[in-house]
Amino acid sequence: MPAYTAPIRDMQFLLHEVLNIATAGVPGYDELEPDFTGAVLEAAGKVASEVLAPLNRSGDAEGCRLENGIVRTPKGFKAAFAAMKEGGWTALDSDPEFGGQGMPYLMGTAVGEIFVSANMAFNMYQGLTHGAVSAIEAHGSPEQKATYLPPMIACDWTGTMNLTEPHCGTDLGLMRTRAEPQPDGSYRITGEKIFISAGEHDLAENIIHLVLAKAPGGGEGTRGVSLFIVPKFLVNPDGSLGPRNAVSAGKIEHKMGIHGNATCVMNYDGATGYLLGDLHKGMRAMFTMMNEARLGVGLQGYAVAEAAYQNAVIYAKDRLQGRAVTGAANPTGPADPLIVHPDIRRTLMDQKSFVEGARAFTFWGASLIDRSRRQGDAGAEALISLLTPVLKGFLTDKGFETAVSAQQVWGGHGYIEDNGMAQFVRDARIAMIYEGANGVQALDLVGRKLAADGGKPVMAFFDLVKSFVKEHEADAGLKAEFLGPLKAASKDLQAAAMIFLEKAATDPNGALSGASDFLHMFGHTCLGLMWAQMAVAAQTALTEGRGDPAFLNAKIVTGRHYMARHLPATALHLARIQAGGDTVMALAPEAF
Amino acid sequence: MDEPIIEALEPPKPAPTGLNIVVCIKQVPDSAQIRVHPVTNTIMRQGVPTIINPYDLFALEEALRLRDEYGGQVTVLSMGPPMAEDALRRALGLGADKAVLITDRRFAGSDTLATSFALTAALTTLAEERPIDIVFTGKQTIDGDTAQVGPGIARRMGLNQLTYVSAIDSLDLAAQGIVVRRRSEGGVQVLRSKLPCLITMLEDTNTIRRGTVQDLLRAARADVTVWSAEQAGVEDPMKCGLRGSPTVVKRVFAPSPRAEKAEMVTVEGKTPAQIGDALIDLLFARDPKLEAVVTAAAR
Repeated sequence: MPAYTAPIRDMQFLLHEVLNIATAGVPGYDELEPDFTGAVLEAAGKVASEVLAPLNRSGDAEGCRLENGIVRTPKGFKAAFAAMKEGGWTALDSDPEFGGQGMPYLMGTAVGEIFVSANMAFNMYQGLTHGAVSAIEAHGSPEQKATYLPPMIACDWTGTMNLTEPHCGTDLGLMRTRAEPQPDGSYRITGEKIFISAGEHDLAENIIHLVLAKAPGGGEGTRGVSLFIVPKFLVNPDGSLGPRNAVSAGKIEHKMGIHGNATCVMNYDGATGYLLGDLHKGMRAMFTMMNEARLGVGLQGYAVAEAAYQNAVIYAKDRLQGRAVTGAANPTGPADPLIVHPDIRRTLMDQKSFVEGARAFTFWGASLIDRSRRQGDAGAEALISLLTPVLKGFLTDKGFETAVSAQQVWGGHGYIEDNGMAQFVRDARIAMIYEGANGVQALDLVGRKLAADGGKPVMAFFDLVKSFVKEHEADAGLKAEFLGPLKAASKDLQAAAMIFLEKAATDPNGALSGASDFLHMFGHTCLGLMWAQMAVAAQTALTEGRGDPAFLNAKIVTGRHYMARHLPATALHLARIQAGGDTVMALAPEAF
Repeated sequence: MDEPIIEALEPPKPAPTGLNIVVCIKQVPDSAQIRVHPVTNTIMRQGVPTIINPYDLFALEEALRLRDEYGGQVTVLSMGPPMAEDALRRALGLGADKAVLITDRRFAGSDTLATSFALTAALTTLAEERPIDIVFTGKQTIDGDTAQVGPGIARRMGLNQLTYVSAIDSLDLAAQGIVVRRRSEGGVQVLRSKLPCLITMLEDTNTIRRGTVQDLLRAARADVTVWSAEQAGVEDPMKCGLRGSPTVVKRVFAPSPRAEKAEMVTVEGKTPAQIGDALIDLLFARDPKLEAVVTAAAR
């Protein structure tokens, strides 16, 4: 069975050496001293290793079952969910007014990675609840907050997001689910929603569905869409559970991965719903949830890759095959371990440099969310809004690639389900698809985010890179190995951005043909920036005698690997963007 | 009209209920990460993280379990340098209610005698606030390995000492009695004792809880009480630290490997008894003096 150990040292390095949270000036960060964050991460790591990881394989093999309208989660999930609740892990960064612990989003993100790595499917039950809680926090009336937030933050009740219908996913304007106003102010919701994660299960007393539906008078397309709270059991004024609402799971899907999470077809047969936020402004309300959810999905991409990577390393050190080209490394044994072979090393370094860079990128993104929420920092908000599709798209594309690469280290044994490597690949795959497929993320990036506010956010990003390079240019070693490649990548990215801004109006097909390339080169540049920052932090810690030199030196070498072998990809992506859309769009549909 | 009596308006403080438990813990270097200097043979402590002595965690868990079942409070007490506060905060994060650190330059260099003296002073001071029902310690520490501090405290405080306890069978708060299992050579003793008592817990007798986010936050925000020797109630500082420690470390060394090689001998036999006899015959044949000594001792 695959093993998992929380990468606490790497997380501590990011929090205290790279992000320097103690001096960041963000309200709430002052409490996050190294001993405290270490204790929290260690405790979360214990839950992950002892409770969640052991259920990952079994949960995948057993899956969920729908019996007489009730979904049974895999064996052990109920007890594990109870342990998560009892430990207070479901409420880490929620509002203390409603029973949360009030920790910064950054801490929730670090702990979230640990739980997702250990068991992605299991963690989705609380992950989706967290998203629904955020939407109610942002758009709910005081009564709605008082009714729903405390039990949802405690995870006595869980939450869902209901967008997709059989005939529409990305294009929600085609939605058919209807909301009929009732004299008492509630609505009757009728329609069918599909792909609803955690739509029905046996882990919670109640399930609070957030449902997009069309109420009369809103016009066509997404403008007519409103968001509704539809509880599985109606809630009495005193907070106790009332009668069962007319919502049920018609079916659960048989999927490629995340078998431990119930993906349901939800039938709303005149169910009672309550308007959340403003009438006909449902898309806006839903996007509150979506931005956070997209960062969470980007996190899933590299968190599963981290678990896969850890097991690739274990196997590469253990499995004896062949001899090192430079002479036997294990002369007393029958052969050398896989890890001596350069091609195995290369894949391990690729995996390591991606995962650690992705973690830095995600933590930075989470810190921007904290700056935006806790300080009202508009610049941080604009930047995270720009980076959200990059975090989601790049980290899940590369996360999947990394999981495949880790599986490859296991050779034929990686293809055998019992060994667990195949599950990482299957689980990681969904992250590229849901919460807006990665192609849609690329469209969001070039079509909406790039030109937002006259291009100010993207200019702010370029300025950030520029000033970082300038600040550290005096260091010759750093300049050659980190700052030079970063500058080159940033230059490529700027050149590509100019092409989009020029072509958007005159050649939209040409521009959009390069959208995914732009997202990827943006992702590489962000990871390049992260690695340059980590190299500076590691070098500083080494000079000042803090931390474990072996860890810090490995950090610098891993960064050099990324800069030398991955960052140059920006040139390829730029070439593709420059090539335009001629070949992409030339053939008639009949030619395919 | 009678003057109202001010005191009567204030509700009387409710008498504390449940158990008052103190767990003595020690911050130690994580021995799993210690390296020994190849030349000087001294322990290289630099950069080695510190942990709560692992044996103490079994004591802490047992104390927390009793508190959860019978109510009351668990105080963790440690003697050490100011940085030992980290260990106490960790214990708070695992669920302890209060933490007290006694730290003073005069405690430096304490052996087990001096340590038990200083801890006893602090325990006595704590008991003035509220009588202590149980003092817990781990079986021993991983750095000193003496297993003497717990018994030392018991002796000084006049508590019944229950060492090497593997399980607590029952506890009767009203009757102030406790029944424990104590592992001894060749068996298990079931011991009944009156409270208050001192218990040293054996390893692997329970699993330390994982700690909740609530407790971790409380620990981060809590004040650890820090006492100097005077505040802890130490009356005679001469009994503390190096001056109060008769133990002297003369030399620390790594034993050098023996010059002669071990030899493996083989004997034949069908039953274990036959093999044993054959082996003894072989040994006696090689060393007749040994035979004489053993036979004489057997008589």
